[in-house]
Amino acid sequence: MARYLARRLATSLVVVIGISIVVFLLLNAMSGAPGRSVLGPSASPEAVDAFNHKEGFDRPVVVQYLSYVQGLVQGDLGRSYKLNQDVGELLAQNAGRSAMLSLAALLLALAVAVPLGIYQARRRNRRSDSAITAATFMLYASPQFFLAVVAIEIFSVQLQLLPAQASQSRSAFVIFTDPRAMLLPILTLAAANIAIFARYQRSAALDQLGQDYIKVARAKGVSERKIVRSHLLRNSSLPLITLVGVSVPALLAGNLVIESVFNYPGLGLLFINSLAREDYPVLLAYTLIGGVLTVLGNLIGDLLVAIVDPRIELS
Amino acid sequence: MSAGADSGQVVGAAEVLAGRRRVELLRRLRTGSPFGGTIGLVGVVLALAIVAVCFLGPLIYSTNQVDVDPLKAFLPPSGEHPLGTDSQGFDVLGRLMEGGRASLQIGVFAALVATVIGTLYGATAGLAGGIVDAVMMRFVDVMMSVPFLFVVLIVSTKFNSSAWSLSLILGLFSWLIPARLVRAEVLSLKTRDYVLAARSMGASGPSLVFRHLIPNSLGVVVVNITFQVADAILAVATLGFLGFGLSYPHTDWGGQLSAGVNYLLSGYWWLIYPVGLCLVAVVLAFNLIGEALRDTLDRRRTL
Repeated sequence: MARYLARRLATSLVVVIGISIVVFLLLNAMSGAPGRSVLGPSASPEAVDAFNHKEGFDRPVVVQYLSYVQGLVQGDLGRSYKLNQDVGELLAQNAGRSAMLSLAALLLALAVAVPLGIYQARRRNRRSDSAITAATFMLYASPQFFLAVVAIEIFSVQLQLLPAQASQSRSAFVIFTDPRAMLLPILTLAAANIAIFARYQRSAALDQLGQDYIKVARAKGVSERKIVRSHLLRNSSLPLITLVGVSVPALLAGNLVIESVFNYPGLGLLFINSLAREDYPVLLAYTLIGGVLTVLGNLIGDLLVAIVDPRIELS
Repeated sequence: MSAGADSGQVVGAAEVLAGRRRVELLRRLRTGSPFGGTIGLVGVVLALAIVAVCFLGPLIYSTNQVDVDPLKAFLPPSGEHPLGTDSQGFDVLGRLMEGGRASLQIGVFAALVATVIGTLYGATAGLAGGIVDAVMMRFVDVMMSVPFLFVVLIVSTKFNSSAWSLSLILGLFSWLIPARLVRAEVLSLKTRDYVLAARSMGASGPSLVFRHLIPNSLGVVVVNITFQVADAILAVATLGFLGFGLSYPHTDWGGQLSAGVNYLLSGYWWLIYPVGLCLVAVVLAFNLIGEALRDTLDRRRTL
């Protein structure tokens, strides 16, 4: 286990370093030296050059990258010239709200998808299974922004039950303080994941149902309820751990779209606004963080499965 | 990775029951998907219908998509305008055809770009093996971990968005899955006898790749293209919805939906539902075709 852990950590570190190089080079090529956009169109070319020189933007890319990494290691994510604010500070202000939104949506998706997939597997190819499969196919094909817009159209415009805008509170715990305003964003963010998770859960449960230990349990006269609860649920949920780990990029992308539709002040909305402002330091930092979170998701998923499932040989 | 570990132990017992297992396998394959063979058919019909409406529709139902007419803005659906008109006074049905052409073109072209890059990359890595393969695939791991939508959004703000530039951007950042698939295929193919024979007769690297390895891994590639098209259409719609898609006077489905959202509170439902449902239908169609093709491919391999 220790050797497996060390190897996985080492490869993850290599990938993270690779991500930082790729993202830095890309953003560097996109943005160029920021002197002109910081000082404005009326600044003299000399002043622009002087600014770029003072801030180090005229150095070779490699040197700029290394100094950026040096900053990262010391916890400095750079500075947003557009907002004249520390990028780390800016991200930290919004991170809590995005994390709570993602977490709530993820938990909801799991809470719905796991029982749904198991139910489908147990009624394989009956009408109810087909109906749910059709529904999950439709849901999977629906763009998240369309789901969000439909939810607003139905629940806010037609029925006038829920607000069309997410809570604008600056608290990370807005989900608990203002649940009505958060219901639609959480539901629509969860919806797409429900479709994916349920399909995996169904096929994993189908695999398990064909295994001998289930047949043995049935032959012994164990009640169907007990089989589902103590055998099927635990064994068929293993693949889902990996899947949740792998779905970090999808969750981040979902946050981007949902926060933008519901105008929810989190990291996703910050990213969209930074795009419009061409605020590259923010874009760079958040893309990097997204990459690191993706690697972490994969790593944690693999490790959890390895811990939970003793059959996996760690090599 | 977890499946391999425990299936190894049952092989001995299963060999005795090989005949029975085969029958069982066949039964399961046929009933694997609750809709059996129909899903592919539904997908093909749906996709053909959408393509026909978007590309041939304007021949039958021609509308003025050039001149803005404020007096005709926001007309509800009627005999003259089956799906009403939008904020510019354009006929929504005609607008849907125009946007659909753009969305389909971008989706297909992006998928092709991604597939060509991925196939060449994966085949090269798989054939080279060793350290070259390890480095090339590590790079794929890196690119896989960079959030796709983020990067595509950043890059697309920098370019004047046209159908070509959007499909190029999407294609350039989505070749990773085909690369992995083709590499895995090539790794298994290159130990086959006919490849070894070609090698021993002195076939060069490129001729191995183009004459043997790529043609024989085409099944996987074709299955993947359909999913790739669906994903690219979704991605370009997301870009359009967030305001980074085609710019006026060109239009795509994502941009149309986003324009419709501005009038959500006015109750102009015809600016939202038709275009949204078109998106769902086209993505569903390509996913269904991919699903059916994958089933067929799997079945051919297991038999």
